[in-house]
Amino acid sequence: MSRRPLAAPARQTGPPRRRARAVLPPLALVGALLGAWELYAESGSTSSYVLPSPHAVAAALWDNAGLLAANLAPTATEVGLGIALALALGFALAVLIHFSRVLRRAVYPLAIGSQAVPIAVIAPLLVFWWGFGVFPKLVVIVLICFFPVLVTTVDGLEAVDRDQLKLLRTLDASRWQAFRFAELPAALPAAISGARIALTVAVIGAYIAESQTVTVGTHAGLGHEINADLTALQTPRAYAAAVVLFAFAIACFYALSLAERRLAPWAAQPREVHA
Amino acid sequence: MPTQLQSRPRSSQSGSADVGIALQGVGRTYRDRRGAGVRALDAISLRVAPAEVLAVVGPSGCGKSTLLELICGLQRPDQGTVACAPAVLMPQRDLLLPWLSALDNAALALRISGLSRERARARAAALFAEMGLDGFEHSRPSELSGGMRQRVAFLRTLLSGKRVLCLDEPFGALDAITRAEMQEWLAGALAREPRTVALVTHDVEEAIVLADRVAVLSPRPGRVLEVLEVEAPRPRVRTDAALIALRERALGALQGAPTPMVGAR
Repeated sequence: MSRRPLAAPARQTGPPRRRARAVLPPLALVGALLGAWELYAESGSTSSYVLPSPHAVAAALWDNAGLLAANLAPTATEVGLGIALALALGFALAVLIHFSRVLRRAVYPLAIGSQAVPIAVIAPLLVFWWGFGVFPKLVVIVLICFFPVLVTTVDGLEAVDRDQLKLLRTLDASRWQAFRFAELPAALPAAISGARIALTVAVIGAYIAESQTVTVGTHAGLGHEINADLTALQTPRAYAAAVVLFAFAIACFYALSLAERRLAPWAAQPREVHA
Repeated sequence: MPTQLQSRPRSSQSGSADVGIALQGVGRTYRDRRGAGVRALDAISLRVAPAEVLAVVGPSGCGKSTLLELICGLQRPDQGTVACAPAVLMPQRDLLLPWLSALDNAALALRISGLSRERARARAAALFAEMGLDGFEHSRPSELSGGMRQRVAFLRTLLSGKRVLCLDEPFGALDAITRAEMQEWLAGALAREPRTVALVTHDVEEAIVLADRVAVLSPRPGRVLEVLEVEAPRPRVRTDAALIALRERALGALQGAPTPMVGAR
């Protein structure tokens, strides 16, 4: 009884070819950018302290692999925990705002305003309260990252089909049941989208957190490493650390997409319209 | 102006005698953004006996959907009274929840009534074969055809256990062949398990094939122009001469022509 339009062109794309098609464009783009960078850096119009060439960065990456890996660990912890907490906080606030007009009026402006506060202003307080460990850094990341989750989740909750809620009412669903069966699952993909946006900010948030709050210990994170290298004119190593952050952000983004496919498979699969 | 508000009883036992549906002088006015009133329904008086099927036809915008929402208790009338056994709405769009399997969608009313997931699933699964849905229990709505989705929505509606079904253009979104199949199926389902039905449709033929009586509404504000009795025995054949004559009468009433006139304009 299915009357779907004939989809999928007959072109055969086996797994290897499909993989090649997915990987080649970004590789070509990266290659072109690296080539241009190499030419510019080697042309002599800048100094290697200002802009190291890609091969110098690659060498620094190779030589300092152990150091960079050791510094990635704390940063990755901060970002991972930070995103998880931001997702939880943003989602919880969104649900509260959705249910209560009063809370919406009270919380929303504060949440928006919180995004304008420079971290440097509150960093001394965070360190004063929570010391030199990972916790103040988590607070910074959560502060930066909960907001996209909050906004997308509030919108997701608002966007629930009114007719759906009417139908649930005629099935005698309570307010809680309407939330559990219709609103909560509808808002979940929205929250994850928010987390995906937040993730890209979380990595730079980790850098800000490490720069703004003091840490004791040797491997204090990539943000720390970058600042120390820049001060010591170890520019290639700072670039190498930035490359690690760059790759880490991309990996996190795709990890979250995978998580979405597990948590909200109905949103990940392409929607087909049936006659 | 007596306005008796009908509250929706939570249990199907709370209504005393089954009144079917009784609308008495029901009017409903909406306010638009500037505060001007838009009269959707005016002085509607209709009775539907228990286990009777009433079809409501009318031009678009005549307040048909409002009528069903009044019956289901989703809206309250400005005038008149609505008395009705517990009613469930089946909207034109199937409104299946995309995150639930077909089985869980069908069992939704049972879950809401407090049954455990397993028991609700078991009760819904028992009806899947009868609906021609066996093998699709674990499919998501997006993987089903339009007709199958509509059958899952029907199953959900029937499993609510309510005595009154409010069907809002239930087959409006289906293609002609699927629609005919679904009409046949619905007629069979109601023959096996009679319910009180208010069926809103813009398809006069559908109304006559399925209903015991057909109420024809005027353009906004919706008023009952005429109520036609459909006395043909079931199962009905659409090409039956008596049915065709009735169809012409209903179409005539819809077009505002004197009733016996055939195919005006």
